[in-house]
Amino acid sequence: MSAREDVLARIREANRGAGAPPPPDVPRDYHRSGDHPPGAPEVLALFRDRLVDYKATVIDAPADGVPAAIRGALAQLTGPVVVPPGLPDDWVPGAVVDGADGVGTLSPADLDASAAVVTACAAACATTGTIALDGSPDQGRRALTLVPDVHVCVVRADQVVQTVPELVAALHPPHPITFISGPSATSDIELERVEGVHGPRTLIVVLTDAPTTSA
Amino acid sequence: MSTNLGMPAVAPPGVGHLRGTQSFPDAARGALADSQLRRNLGHATRVIRTKRASVVAELPDWEQLRLAGEALKTATMARLDEHLERLEREVTARGGVVHWARDANDANAIVTRLVQETGETEVVKVKSMATQEIGLNEALEAAGIAAHETDLAELIVQLGHDQPSHILVPAIHRNRAEIREIFLREMPGVDPALTSEPRRLAMAARAFLRERFLRAKVAISGANFGVADTGTLLVVESEGNGRMCLTLPETLITVMGIEKVVPTWQDLEVFLQLLPRSSTGERMNPYTSAWTGVTPGDGPQTFHLVLLDNGRTATLADEVGRAALHCIRCSACLNVCPVYERTGGHAYGSVYPGPIGAVLSPQLTGVEDNASLPYASSLCGACFDACPVRIDIPSLLVRLRAQHVDAQRARSVPSAEALSMAAASWLMSSPGRFAAAEKASRLGRLLGRSAGRISTLPPPLSAWTGSRDAPRPPAETFREWWARERGTS
Repeated sequence: MSAREDVLARIREANRGAGAPPPPDVPRDYHRSGDHPPGAPEVLALFRDRLVDYKATVIDAPADGVPAAIRGALAQLTGPVVVPPGLPDDWVPGAVVDGADGVGTLSPADLDASAAVVTACAAACATTGTIALDGSPDQGRRALTLVPDVHVCVVRADQVVQTVPELVAALHPPHPITFISGPSATSDIELERVEGVHGPRTLIVVLTDAPTTSA
Repeated sequence: MSTNLGMPAVAPPGVGHLRGTQSFPDAARGALADSQLRRNLGHATRVIRTKRASVVAELPDWEQLRLAGEALKTATMARLDEHLERLEREVTARGGVVHWARDANDANAIVTRLVQETGETEVVKVKSMATQEIGLNEALEAAGIAAHETDLAELIVQLGHDQPSHILVPAIHRNRAEIREIFLREMPGVDPALTSEPRRLAMAARAFLRERFLRAKVAISGANFGVADTGTLLVVESEGNGRMCLTLPETLITVMGIEKVVPTWQDLEVFLQLLPRSSTGERMNPYTSAWTGVTPGDGPQTFHLVLLDNGRTATLADEVGRAALHCIRCSACLNVCPVYERTGGHAYGSVYPGPIGAVLSPQLTGVEDNASLPYASSLCGACFDACPVRIDIPSLLVRLRAQHVDAQRARSVPSAEALSMAAASWLMSSPGRFAAAEKASRLGRLLGRSAGRISTLPPPLSAWTGSRDAPRPPAETFREWWARERGTS
């Protein structure tokens, strides 16, 4: 008997032996949606509060102010800025584009040598201060938002939902999905929190109501 | 190989880290004498407890989430075979390869072969309880493959040639000065001026590991969840070492206990709320990665999933004990446990310490191989209140104690406890015998004259006084007092 058949047979035998318990109904009377619709002022205020609590920086930008906000976020940095191929052209003039047609061209060493990465996002959640990326052309492959030390992420107001169930519902495998809640952190030494270990040490969120696909 | 149905297949001895070399009371004695360890543990458990309590209080629907989590796990176990077959189908359809492992030996052999097929002699690892459980690092080392742990705490443990002592923060038994010494001694190229400031230590680890991440060709991970209906695997973490391992290498091998499957993507809406708040006391952990098979142009282009039994089906066979399989490894029960807080994780002898370890380890190995663990508890019930999926750990502990007593009874030589209980039963079933025994107990007054209590009794009564005092018997028995005050006869 193969290991597969063996393990499956053991499971069936165990469930029979334990009286073949019928699966119970799952009570889903927890909050499955927020008190406010996506992008409502209350939701955005909560989102900002949570991000700041994680030591992320939040920059509010008007509809036509995204390029200027990004420029401000990158002002202190020297070195190349990398972007995914689907980011609007006018957002980061002069950026290094990571390939085209879904194939990244920058090596891990190239990414390691860059100063920052600028992307859009797939969805965000206010209650937990979470940003989700799903590998769409304006977010790029996963390595792109991982190796550079600064991540500037543009979040559109209508992408911000209030609750975790709404966030999960907005995301769809098989896209690779990364949930990001603040900069990387560790509390492994005497429970003292240190921000910035292996992922980007700085997370800057540009919060805007501009449509990110305008270009 | 044939299966022996009706005879639960427990985790095999001689491999992995589920069995200690000492009983819990013996191992705990050393830990209790270590005042540095007790200070570290007291501080750590207090800090996490407080953080958890404050973020749990933020959610008005926390109890509804716990009830949903419990029901989801119960429902999943009732159809575990179907969910695993679905997971296998979806992972395979998305370009992954699924392997099944009956036990630690199977899993270690599979992973070793997969690494050898890549031609590599080193791998990077994401912190994973399952791979610690099966002793994968040792198995790889025996095959000439170096496994580099990349979680900061696991790195501290590995460089210190040490064992983890907590599910979430495995190096919690080490303070900053000890960690600095370990880094100076074991980390090639480390700055000799390194201070013991946690930020400096973390940055030293970042620099040391970065080069390893960038050159790694093979990564090994565990999984927090495997979603059956989409074939998606998830790793929940904080530092970004998980993302590095799951994204940069060419080959990814994930070892997942079969109980980690959840039926649908939607079910994550419950667990992604329960886990971070219970575990680190955060609203959400910094990074969660979800991947489905292989994505062209993004991340590892070869993906293997190893599904591990190793005593889980034996646990599933017990109608009460199977609830231990609901555990999502948050470690909230460790942080609220008055026993864990004082002894730390090493005393449990297994990679799964604390209350959940005391019910999980004996079931994975068979109770006689971890017979002291079900007693490593005061049954206070704090663990049940803290458990995000409502595992009734105290009831499981009592059940395992009963199973251990039954197993002892079945042996030809009865234990001292069984003998004394039988003697007590004989004495107490006759008024005359009981009165005589009461009078005889007065002899014990000779022993406790100075302190008013008895600290040392000869065997077999030493089993009692080994860990607690016996009261000095009173000068007059209750019956004598009653007869003197109220009696007529």
